[in-house]
Amino acid sequence: MQLGGASALCGLAMPALAQREGAASAVGPTPRGAPTLTGGGALPRVGLGSWITFNVGNDAAARMQCADVMAAFFSAGGRLIDSSPMYGSSQAVIGEGLKKLNMLGRVYSADKVWIAPASRGAAQMEASRNLWGVPRFDLMQVHNLLSWQEHLPLLLDMKAAGRVRHVGITTSEGRRMRDIEQIMRAHPIDFVQVTYSLADRRAEDRILPLARERGIAVIANRPFEQGELLRALARHALPPIAAELQCTSWAQFALKFVASHPDVTCAIPATTSVAHVRENMAAGLSNLPDMGQRNRMAAQTAGLL
Amino acid sequence: MTEWWTYRIDSFLLFSARTYQRLIESTNTDVWPLQMVTLMAGMGLLLWLGRPHSQRRDRVVFVLLALAWAWVAWDFLHRRFATINWAADYAALLFALQAVALLWVGVSRGGRVRRRKLSPTDPVAILLIVLGVIVYPLLAPMLGRPWVQAEVFAVAPDPTVITTLGFLLLAEPPRRLLIVVPVLWCLFHGALLWGLRAGQAWVPPAVALLAVACLLWRRKFVLHHF
Repeated sequence: MQLGGASALCGLAMPALAQREGAASAVGPTPRGAPTLTGGGALPRVGLGSWITFNVGNDAAARMQCADVMAAFFSAGGRLIDSSPMYGSSQAVIGEGLKKLNMLGRVYSADKVWIAPASRGAAQMEASRNLWGVPRFDLMQVHNLLSWQEHLPLLLDMKAAGRVRHVGITTSEGRRMRDIEQIMRAHPIDFVQVTYSLADRRAEDRILPLARERGIAVIANRPFEQGELLRALARHALPPIAAELQCTSWAQFALKFVASHPDVTCAIPATTSVAHVRENMAAGLSNLPDMGQRNRMAAQTAGLL
Repeated sequence: MTEWWTYRIDSFLLFSARTYQRLIESTNTDVWPLQMVTLMAGMGLLLWLGRPHSQRRDRVVFVLLALAWAWVAWDFLHRRFATINWAADYAALLFALQAVALLWVGVSRGGRVRRRKLSPTDPVAILLIVLGVIVYPLLAPMLGRPWVQAEVFAVAPDPTVITTLGFLLLAEPPRRLLIVVPVLWCLFHGALLWGLRAGQAWVPPAVALLAVACLLWRRKFVLHHF
């Protein structure tokens, strides 16, 4: 799909966006701590990650493909896009796409500060903001807790001054969970981003309950484990409960499991495929399993992983 | 980096295999027909090894290798690879330093490419030069990728590094410091290619190990016999 087509698609889809947002907010109770979007409404439970997928350098064709993915994402009701200075050219690609699609006002921009010494943090965040083209970030996170002791106070000051809306911290693959927990208890953060998937449920032990207790929103990264989870499951037939949930693929199954956790605010799968982003949005925003169904999902896949 | 043992190579990946392949492809498309020039230059250097030794020839070898490293540092690593890999500029700096070192050895130090006495490591050296100049461009089609993704001496880093290691193994006196950057690149890029699940990921590390083994053998052989 050409970029012009993508823009036209977004224009035609505007009424559907409002309808989908209404539908998204009706999918189960909103997680405690989930932020309210500018203009009202809750954050949809599926966002868009950009690690690897959007780092395409100056490849014009690949950049256009990323813009097509963003167009399909917004058309399906998506709001949150997550990135980081660590992700190479991803921020610039996102910014180019937002500008071309005229979505700067709709995106919930989630970025990260990732630099040491921390004295360079302010400059890095400003550089990131310029790459995105947003007037301010909705969410700024300390990436993988790098120099968090210095960065976090700065982010909280920025929030108090209105220069960012929300503040958070991130980790991945279960690392530094004790530090994450301590920060959640001791500091007034709005978001925590951790890995949570059908195969990696460590966050359920302490982080998700603590997030609920403290009113902290949760972003779940690596819901497909960078594709490894889906490759591992591909040789197995879908379990019986998949039909009940209207799942026709393992990707839908895995994403529904993550997005349906009552304490997960938003999952951020990453993709370069328009078809996949549409599938992700459809799977994560409707017909989410309840707790009983989640337990059966876990039980029916336990032997497969 | 805490909990370092939990990291895998793909934890450090910043881009996909497809993105890297398209980078090679766009490089080849943009610089065409430079590959023909560098390929012929590499073949010329290889064939030249069979001719009687001359100081002029040895100087030309080092100067051409220096130019190759300088071009790869600038065009591939800095202008292109750095757009998807923030560490590429550090590699570009090392490549530039290697270029300066090769130039200095060739012009100022009278570096000799061919030793007065043949050594059992010479066939290995020749093999590496053949690998870098002739075989490496064939790897892409052999692994099912299009010809436009072929990696060519003095255009892409791997064949440039491997060819240089071959010449350095022939050098007299041994230029051990000059193999540090090539070996480091082979190990780094081999790990990267392994993370990208590239079919030729084992080649650069194998070349590095072979080169180091040859240099150590020469050192032991020289110490024990002279």
